Amino acid sequence: MSLDLPMIWAVIIATAVFLYVVLDGFDLGVGILFPFASDSERDVMVASIAPVWDGNETWLVLGGGGLFAAFPLAYATLMPAMYLPIGFMLTALIFRGVAFEFRAKAGARGRRFWTAAFAGGSLVAALSQGLVLGGFLKGIEIEGRSFAGGHWDWLSPFSLLVAASLAVGYALLGACWLIMKAEGGLNAKARRWARGLAVGVAFAMFAVSLAMLSVDPTVAAHWGVTMRAVDWSVFLVVAPLPLLAGVSIVTCWWHARRKDSVALPFIATVGIFVTGFLGLALSTYPNIIPYDITIREAAAADNSLGLMLVGVAIMLPVILGYTAYVYWVFRGKVTADAVHH
Amino acid sequence: MDWDALLLSRLQFAFTISFHIIFPSFTIGLASYLAVLEGLWLKTGNEVFRNLYLFWVKIFALAFGMGVVSGVVMSYQFGTNWSVFADKAGNVLGPLLGYEVLTAFFLEASFLGIMLFGWKKVGPRLHFFATLCVAVGTLFSAFWILSANSWMQTPAGHELRDGIFYAVDWFEVIFNPSFPSRFMHMIAAAYLTTGFAVLGAAGWLWLRSKDDAETRVMRRMAIGMIVLLAPLQVLIGHESGVVAGEHQPAKVAAMEGWWQTRAGQPSILFALPDEEGERNRMEIAIPRVGSWVVAGDFDAELKGLDAFPPEDRPPVAWVFWAFRVMVGLGLAMIAIGLWGAWLWFRRGLEKSRLFQLATVPMALSGFVAVLAGWISAEVGRQPYVVYGVLRTAEAVSPVDGGQVAASLLVFMVVYAIVFTAGTLYILRLIAKGPGSGEQPPERGHRAPGSLLASVTGPSEPARSVP
Repeated sequence: MSLDLPMIWAVIIATAVFLYVVLDGFDLGVGILFPFASDSERDVMVASIAPVWDGNETWLVLGGGGLFAAFPLAYATLMPAMYLPIGFMLTALIFRGVAFEFRAKAGARGRRFWTAAFAGGSLVAALSQGLVLGGFLKGIEIEGRSFAGGHWDWLSPFSLLVAASLAVGYALLGACWLIMKAEGGLNAKARRWARGLAVGVAFAMFAVSLAMLSVDPTVAAHWGVTMRAVDWSVFLVVAPLPLLAGVSIVTCWWHARRKDSVALPFIATVGIFVTGFLGLALSTYPNIIPYDITIREAAAADNSLGLMLVGVAIMLPVILGYTAYVYWVFRGKVTADAVHH
Repeated sequence: MDWDALLLSRLQFAFTISFHIIFPSFTIGLASYLAVLEGLWLKTGNEVFRNLYLFWVKIFALAFGMGVVSGVVMSYQFGTNWSVFADKAGNVLGPLLGYEVLTAFFLEASFLGIMLFGWKKVGPRLHFFATLCVAVGTLFSAFWILSANSWMQTPAGHELRDGIFYAVDWFEVIFNPSFPSRFMHMIAAAYLTTGFAVLGAAGWLWLRSKDDAETRVMRRMAIGMIVLLAPLQVLIGHESGVVAGEHQPAKVAAMEGWWQTRAGQPSILFALPDEEGERNRMEIAIPRVGSWVVAGDFDAELKGLDAFPPEDRPPVAWVFWAFRVMVGLGLAMIAIGLWGAWLWFRRGLEKSRLFQLATVPMALSGFVAVLAGWISAEVGRQPYVVYGVLRTAEAVSPVDGGQVAASLLVFMVVYAIVFTAGTLYILRLIAKGPGSGEQPPERGHRAPGSLLASVTGPSEPARSVP
């Protein structure tokens, strides 16, 4: 029996990227919501993510490093194509990453600067990731084994729409995280934010889904939907995805208001991201670089994939185990009295 | 591809990696130091160790944070700026970097949360375990990245098909010829960097009349390590040089400033290498000693730069001078170690003002030596990115110069802001000193390493030491 290593690795990388999106998504989202909170609320917000953000961001390194390792050709074509938005993202992540420690160590003026850096860095990082995703979904021009498009190819109305949508999505994750972690006034605020953002996410997903259908004919074919007609035999098979997305959004919106719902809004938001992620994966499959390079073409040599699979098989359960442990250690509310101590 | 993008990409990589390496070379040593301090505290119950732990862990948090963010940049630059290299060498280097993420990055990042914020949430033994995990994680990380970099210096265990590298023997890839000695060299360098930072901090506090039980322990621990490790580092570095002599003779010729191939190469103490004239100006040299150092035989015939066509030579002056800065600082480290040990033996460690004065600038010695060493290693690898096989000029991404110039400029501005601020905060913390005003992690009190401390900022009671 031989393993289909490229497909296994595509699933592994997709999982890493998804875990990144959800995990760093909520802590970036908390940063995006910073401008709407009072200064003392900001302290609670930072305290709720400070112990875990670094581990969350490591999934981004696994996504990037894993893509390099498992699909070098995809990495070598995607990165030059996305040169500028990747640069924005890295710069933004630098500012917000150091802001965690610097806010606490700076004087009053420095503290204001690093507070702004944390909020701005979180927003720019989210938008840049959206631009990368949008440019990626739009398709990347390839010649031979390298990127052959223009340096601004990633910028389009579509990628701007995706960027805004992702930032709204992250903000919703952040708001739902705060519903779980915050008490009192901040909790009430977070519930209000979540309800507004859930509506925003509903519009965003609808708009991106429609736009996707016109991006490339292969996408429309996967869904059985074109501007003129619907191929019901195809669409009915994939229809549960948008349906589940809708149910998740309504659940999030509904339960964000109910005081006794603590974790459900967050879980529902994760559901929204799962359906969105699967929808995009379905749209681009079997390409790893839309719409030119397939998963198989980009895969590294089998012995490279095999060696790493051993590492993943051993290490990933361990990593997930201690990640869960860290979350368990820091479970429960971040209390206001702790901050005002 | 054009020349501008190549040169600018090289500058950008040099700039970002130079900033990055400063932090790991400090935090690798500091993580181990923290593990030792916490272990000693648990074992002896002596509060001095706990105070030192709480003092250095705050500095560690700042330095580690800067190391993380500057490191994320590195993991994307292979693709953004060196995509041809990423495509060709991905089969071999990808798994090594993948293992670094899997075995090291997650371990460090996850347990760092407990280390910094879990003081009240977990018991002391579990907290110690978290510190150990972070310390071990930094060493794993160094293992894999040094393995990958060493493979670029002395590639082995691979074959080339259609211009793409394929691994044939993973053991040979990972434990390539230069890896063991270069890994040891880097770990020892990191420990020495931390040792001198700790010693310099103690010296500074002494000069500011803030000497106390904590700084005295810092000073003694640092001297104890330096006096053993600094001489050992010379031997490890020598071994690394011997390996380079076998596998990268052009690099060694540039380090030594040898232009002619001949028997009995000199050991050059000072010279101004002249690449146009292919000779040294104002050379001061000891005859034949160079051959003895590199090959163990005064009369050994060793290759000079004339054995390589000019297009295969590294930039000589950079390599030559960076190497001398590193070696010079290494010798100064040995001298400080012996001086300190002698004062300690004579019970005069806290009496010598001159010694404290000397330790303050030497706090930077490790950082400068690490940078100089890496410059001589990496510039010495030129003009290749994978030594002898793939030229740097053939590895760059199809991006244009304007883009790279823009990103380089942005990185320079951002790094200037972020790392100036970070260094300032670290120096402020050091200037306060470890003291004994730290709150113990008891019920009702929040330790400085607790969640609270991160949100309320520095709020330690005033120091009681005069």
